[in-house]
Amino acid sequence: MTTTLTPRTQGASPTKASARRPSMYPRWFFIPSGVLYLVLFAVPTFASFYFAFTRWSLSGVEFIGLENFVTFFTEPMLIQGFTNTFIYGFVTSAAKVVLGLGLAVLLTGPILGRGYLRSTIFFPVLVSTIGIGVTFKALLDPQDGLVNQALAAIGVAGPGWLTDPSLALMSVALVDIWKGVGIATLIYIAGIVAIPQEYFEAARVDGAGAWAAFKNITLPLVRPATATVVLLSLIGGLRSFELIWAMTKGGPGFSSDVIASVIYKQYQAGFYGLSTAGNVVLFVVVTAIIVPIFYILNRRQVES
Amino acid sequence: MTKRSVRRIGLASVGVLAMMVPLASCAAGDSGDGTVEITYLMENQEPAFGTAEAMVKAFEAKNPDIKVTIESRPGGTEGDNLIKTKLSTQEMEDVFVYNTGSLLQALNPDQTLTPLADEAWVDDLDENMKTVVSTDNGLYGAPFGATQAGAVLYNIPLYEELGLEVPTSWEEFASNNDAIKAAGKTAVIQTYGDTWTSQLFILGDFGNIFAQDENWAKEYTAGERKYAEEPALQGLLNQQEGFEAGWWNEDFASATLDDGLRMVATGEGAHYPIVTSTFATVLQNNPENAEDVGVFPLPAQDSEDTRLTIWLPAAAYIPLTTEGAELEASKRFVAFLNSEEGCEIQNKEMSPTGPFAISTCTLPDSVPTVAKDLQTWFDEGLTVPALEFLSPIKGPNLENITVEVGSGIRGAEDAAKLYDEDVKKQAQQLGLDGW
Repeated sequence: MTTTLTPRTQGASPTKASARRPSMYPRWFFIPSGVLYLVLFAVPTFASFYFAFTRWSLSGVEFIGLENFVTFFTEPMLIQGFTNTFIYGFVTSAAKVVLGLGLAVLLTGPILGRGYLRSTIFFPVLVSTIGIGVTFKALLDPQDGLVNQALAAIGVAGPGWLTDPSLALMSVALVDIWKGVGIATLIYIAGIVAIPQEYFEAARVDGAGAWAAFKNITLPLVRPATATVVLLSLIGGLRSFELIWAMTKGGPGFSSDVIASVIYKQYQAGFYGLSTAGNVVLFVVVTAIIVPIFYILNRRQVES
Repeated sequence: MTKRSVRRIGLASVGVLAMMVPLASCAAGDSGDGTVEITYLMENQEPAFGTAEAMVKAFEAKNPDIKVTIESRPGGTEGDNLIKTKLSTQEMEDVFVYNTGSLLQALNPDQTLTPLADEAWVDDLDENMKTVVSTDNGLYGAPFGATQAGAVLYNIPLYEELGLEVPTSWEEFASNNDAIKAAGKTAVIQTYGDTWTSQLFILGDFGNIFAQDENWAKEYTAGERKYAEEPALQGLLNQQEGFEAGWWNEDFASATLDDGLRMVATGEGAHYPIVTSTFATVLQNNPENAEDVGVFPLPAQDSEDTRLTIWLPAAAYIPLTTEGAELEASKRFVAFLNSEEGCEIQNKEMSPTGPFAISTCTLPDSVPTVAKDLQTWFDEGLTVPALEFLSPIKGPNLENITVEVGSGIRGAEDAAKLYDEDVKKQAQQLGLDGW
């Protein structure tokens, strides 16, 4: 079909067109998505850099300089969100890396029901975050929740998972890890399966045990997968919102707030300028963390 | 016709039909046979939502040329958010019901709502009501519901069993609570599963503050009075005392509004500080215990200063985006809310606990005990509108701060400072002087 169409649609002289044809036609496909990207992402991002310096309400915009940022970093309610974001991001990311690799090693080994287990580990990734949030909120209820009732049956007094201020953030982090470890495992399985079997055979011949083989063969050769998992889970963890909102709404009080839920609360209150400033802070924070990590991980990859 | 061109024509016609689908779903305000369709946004909390449904049914029966579609929205801060977003993107329904007072001010009514000062029912409005649905430039709402109080619901049988008397000072309240706790019952019910209910110790205390200083609200708006100082600090100190003395129910951190109402009606707990409009839920869920519930105002430290803090009802508003035939229909609907039929429906569905704010609606002859208790305070003139009706400022994070105080996460003085900061943001956002 294309060979009969293109000469007519191009309409240019055959020799010039045949030289340019391969380069121009595919580029036209970028235009729709390029326009979408520009209008829906690039323009609002730059606009938000402006609005972050204003007091923005339903009645108008007033330029106030760095005041929003000062408020963001001096108010205890907002600072808590800032520190919680780092804790949440790094804890969930680290756990997903470690658990993901462990599960991947397990699921690429010769165990029974491997296919079924792989699906079980992966299915939480597919389920709606809000659905998981609401379900676990009910399960973790201190009095009526299934988790505490099960613990009570074996004589352990379950704590207030989501109502104790010191536990709330970690409880949500645990649910997040349960939900997200499937993708980490998937990426690691792909990485492990790509390691040539000769290395393992050679190691066995040399008398290396399972742990030595893991440490010296699997771990180094799975580094690209590790880089991917670290980057993806860290970005996701730092920006996480839906699960926290569904389970605690940042409560009790402000103990499980993260930057994203703080931003949303400011927006709810109608402090649009402050909320935008929060978004800019989140953008800068995530970029400042991810870009160096990206370079470190990829440089190591090239070197190795 | 080649197979290729048949396929192309087929694909083209499917494409055209696909583009028609969104056009078809575009609801026209005017359908061909002359009926006007209007949309009505309502909070999804009972009994208000059920009242809205009954209202719409009665209105449509009386006005067959108007069709009203109800849309629901959440309450609390999620609802505030939704309303502000809809107004700013001009996506608001033709009529919507929302709070009055400071929450109305936050919507910037002069620029977003249709002025209704020329409507026939405006003259029937109570003076207090007129103030809270207006700005300096116009009047915008018709009342929906009756006046209610933020006070302490209490279980009468439990009081009789333990030989207690209704407290008028904080000391009496505290000693009652200790006695109830000693008897093995929950003294004060808290329901932080619904965070907005945690604010009653502060909001319900305002009447007592007003009794001690009439100018407090005005000076607060001007930025001269703070929650970190007395007499306002007392509310937070009291809530902290409640937590430290162990008066709360065991599941206070996750209990919900419905749980709290059930507990006070059935006698599992003795006291529940809440807004009395929620009493209608008791009539619905625990009707056999309805007469077991009484109410008294949140006591001040000195019994002389105890006042009943009242909330003026919500109101129905029409945004500026409603025009033409829909505007006429919406105005008729808003007028219907407080007509004779509308009042009957309000009385039946919402079981009001206080007087109406418009003279066309009156309470029925038989009212539950709660309403009778409140009426005595109205009769003696010992009521004060809540702070949100005397001042446009209300910090949005109050409910989270009071949860912190009530859960023992933060001390009262610290929390008061935090709230003053929160209020400052709101005042600056509203562009008030002196902040």
